[in-house]
Amino acid sequence: MQRALVLELDVPSSPEYIAIVRLVVASVASARRALADERVDDLKLAVSEACTNAIEANRAVRPDSPAPVHIEIWEAPDRLEVSIEDSGPGFDPDKLEFPPPITDPERLNFERGLGIPLIRTLVDNAAFVRKENGTSVRMTVFGGPLDGDDTGAIYMDVSSLSGLPPLSGQG
Amino acid sequence: MELGLDVDDSRRPYTVLAVKGEVDVYTAPRLREKLVELVSQGKHQIVVDLEGVDFLDSTGLGVLVGGLKRLRSHDGDLTLVCTHQRILKVFEITGLTKVFSIFGSVDQAVAQ
Repeated sequence: MQRALVLELDVPSSPEYIAIVRLVVASVASARRALADERVDDLKLAVSEACTNAIEANRAVRPDSPAPVHIEIWEAPDRLEVSIEDSGPGFDPDKLEFPPPITDPERLNFERGLGIPLIRTLVDNAAFVRKENGTSVRMTVFGGPLDGDDTGAIYMDVSSLSGLPPLSGQG
Repeated sequence: MELGLDVDDSRRPYTVLAVKGEVDVYTAPRLREKLVELVSQGKHQIVVDLEGVDFLDSTGLGVLVGGLKRLRSHDGDLTLVCTHQRILKVFEITGLTKVFSIFGSVDQAVAQ
């Protein structure tokens, strides 16, 4: 089996949608891959961090009408890949300023900057790909298929929901 | 998605803030506002109970770090109650277990 697209999702660049993305990714990972619950939790956290950064990037470029965040979930025989793509100005992950060591009193002045290190620790591979109009964070967790079934790709576009109040009462 | 924030002032000098739900970039501002409010009320020994938290990301960590910094500037402290491994793991990966005092129960946290 080749690498195949499982799901595409476009969500508005608004913080209340990150919980939905976490839910969707965790559901796909649990339903289709032989991953321990702990690994699914790790992926959820990494996805949350990447979405937070993507929303911030999109809003930095177009504060009034930010582009949606594009999410893709791919799978191959031995892995699941999640790609979170923004339309922001891009960054060099190797030149990020990291917080001082824990033993440094200055550490308390850093409330941010933990997202990228978390992503790198939580997933088996993380790639930060600069594109012409944005950045794609590609996260891989290794784990075989749950049942070998391939039900084809799903596409969801919830961008049109951006004018609605935050979703609630799901299921 | 609601974030539960319940304040218990019955354990003086400690104020216990019980957080329930998911703490991310959407809900973390409410946690920050509550911590700022408590500090402005002169409550400088705060125990944040994370036992009801299902999910916490780096935005939530940042708010807790900011709260600790704010309290220490008032000679106070912010301690945590957390036993859930998936939440503790976030503190462990980021090294913040060395910055925060983390207890297994509210009783332990207020018996310091």
